[in-house]
Amino acid sequence: MRTEFEITDNILIVKLSGEIDHHEAAEIRNEIDSTYSVFGSKHMILDFSQVSFVDSSGIGVVMGRYNKVKEKGGSILIAGCSEYLRTILFLSGIFTIIEESASAEEGILLLKQRSVAEKEGEEETGKTAGDEKDGGK
Amino acid sequence: MTERQKEAQKKMNQMKVEFAAISENEAFARLTAAAFLSRLDPTVDELTEIKTAVSEAVSNAVIHGYGGGSLEQSVVLSCEYDEGGTVKLIIEDGGAGISDIEQARRPLFTTGSPEERSGMGFTVMESFMDRVLVESEEGKGTRVTLIKTLDISYGA
Repeated sequence: MRTEFEITDNILIVKLSGEIDHHEAAEIRNEIDSTYSVFGSKHMILDFSQVSFVDSSGIGVVMGRYNKVKEKGGSILIAGCSEYLRTILFLSGIFTIIEESASAEEGILLLKQRSVAEKEGEEETGKTAGDEKDGGK
Repeated sequence: MTERQKEAQKKMNQMKVEFAAISENEAFARLTAAAFLSRLDPTVDELTEIKTAVSEAVSNAVIHGYGGGSLEQSVVLSCEYDEGGTVKLIIEDGGAGISDIEQARRPLFTTGSPEERSGMGFTVMESFMDRVLVESEEGKGTRVTLIKTLDISYGA
């Protein structure tokens, strides 16, 4: 099990892989939290597309990260859920507070569009986002 | 139940393994169960559901039965199936036991920190298996029995 990270603007993309059970979850949590704070990211995407097994420990991983990201005023997205993982997460009611996107790429677009919309809405002068790259669809 | 099903039920295959009550062995337990059941030719979904339920039960034994794990103590996984495709898995520990089983089975109930524990273990077991039986005595241990009938109508 190794977790890979990608950073795009202020979004931390967490690429989870392998099996997530109670044993692995402890390490995964620590890795994500330290990376999130080291890079000072705001938003987070949890990409489950390469995960082959999850039990209810996965719920704890998602809920804990949701709280961390919320503290920083960021948004969190879950990407690449299998039908089976969706069932587990659905049981816990996670989807009532966390959005899902089909892929990490789609999640990045969604978060970027949203932050552009927020900036435009809040302050006309605050054009700091630079060139938003539209990475295709 | 037809005569054929009754006949099939008589032919049981079974196994039993005992392993140290540490979290590293959660993966061992679910993979062992899956390997044992492979002769029934379960679907990928069925196998995933069974592996998840076993993982939940063994995690419970390690976390709650043995307070996070113990190399000196053990968890026993036994499994049997009949030719009708009914699978029974038993996960037993000799740990702390559960004082209020009904409360423990309630969704979101946990004695752990809410940040780490979701309180969804039994709910996940119940939703993936046909039946989940829990027997426990405080100070003696807990036995969780998971039963599921596989859809093997296409097989044999």
